[in-house]
Amino acid sequence: MKILRMAVAGSMESNDAMVTVEPSNELSVEIESVVKAQFGDAIERSVMEVLKNLSVDSCTLSVKDRGALDCTLRARVETALLRGCEGVR
Amino acid sequence: MKRRRSLLFVPGNNPGMVANAGVFGADGVIFDLEDAVAQDQKDGARILVRNALAVLPMKGCERIVRINSMDRPIWLEDLEAVVAGGADSIMLPKAQSRAEMEELDRALSDAEKRVGREEGALDVIALVETPTGVENSGDIATARRVSGMLLGAEDLTAALGVPRTVDGEEISYARGRMVMAAKAAGIDAIDTPFTDTDDMEGLVKDVLFARSIGFDGKALISPRHVEAVNRAFTPTDGEMEWARAVVRALEEGERAGKGAVSVGGKMVDAPVAARARKTLAMRGEA
Repeated sequence: MKILRMAVAGSMESNDAMVTVEPSNELSVEIESVVKAQFGDAIERSVMEVLKNLSVDSCTLSVKDRGALDCTLRARVETALLRGCEGVR
Repeated sequence: MKRRRSLLFVPGNNPGMVANAGVFGADGVIFDLEDAVAQDQKDGARILVRNALAVLPMKGCERIVRINSMDRPIWLEDLEAVVAGGADSIMLPKAQSRAEMEELDRALSDAEKRVGREEGALDVIALVETPTGVENSGDIATARRVSGMLLGAEDLTAALGVPRTVDGEEISYARGRMVMAAKAAGIDAIDTPFTDTDDMEGLVKDVLFARSIGFDGKALISPRHVEAVNRAFTPTDGEMEWARAVVRALEEGERAGKGAVSVGGKMVDAPVAARARKTLAMRGEA
């Protein structure tokens, strides 16, 4: 799946995460979280899993985490990716 | 038997509320993908609810998802996601006809097959909120999978062109009709939410009235209403005592070979016995 346009999902409210994706020729993931020291690796692992499940191997993805549960984080990443590639799956 | 004294609506695109939905003591939670979700957030809500259903522990709490109505193509995407996520029941808004319920049943069977769930695993609660739906409630109630009907008074009164009032005179026909249709079909009759979240006195009056005309439970839009609604739909100690006395008298009569028994000077016939047993079952004593 190819990311064709910039897309955003989620919000900056607590318990949520705001995920932004943009087209790119390489894969780059940036994570900002108040609990990055404790859970940064787990957050990155989840993001990478969703990217893999949707076969996205190149894009710029940014996560601004506001205490989202893992299921929320994964949902927001998936939503942003699907919005970014709308119509090309 | 599922208990549906209280079914709490939760907006499907609010992660904090979705995550906490199971902690308020409601018998069921309705994750909403319809009215509570903005048009441009439908996809995000669907994916969030699917993911949450798959992992959040909600022991003893029925997990219902209100999908979008069948006049919008996205209802099928909603259905697929929530069947895959593991929902217990689907709530169909604007339920209007038997044909619709049959179409939903077929779509559910297809989705269950695709995601590897047992055929017929999901129940359906029909949300009746149009004049046509009210008039067809008998047909809707007897459709396959339909295990409950919920009255949606806001949309109904809008369609009728009348204001909603605290006394609810304007929905008295719809309430009566829904209860009869549900009881005739042997399914749950669930009353419309009480929409003033601050008027606890009004809520109690409304819920006691709903119970008095045969409703089994009520939908809620605020966690603050859960306790009062559960209490109102739970038999009181006095009612339980009466029910135990009836069942005891029936058992003693049977042992003594009596054809008829009485409790407190009143004859116990079949409907009284059935009511007593149902009362005991409501507090897990049957």
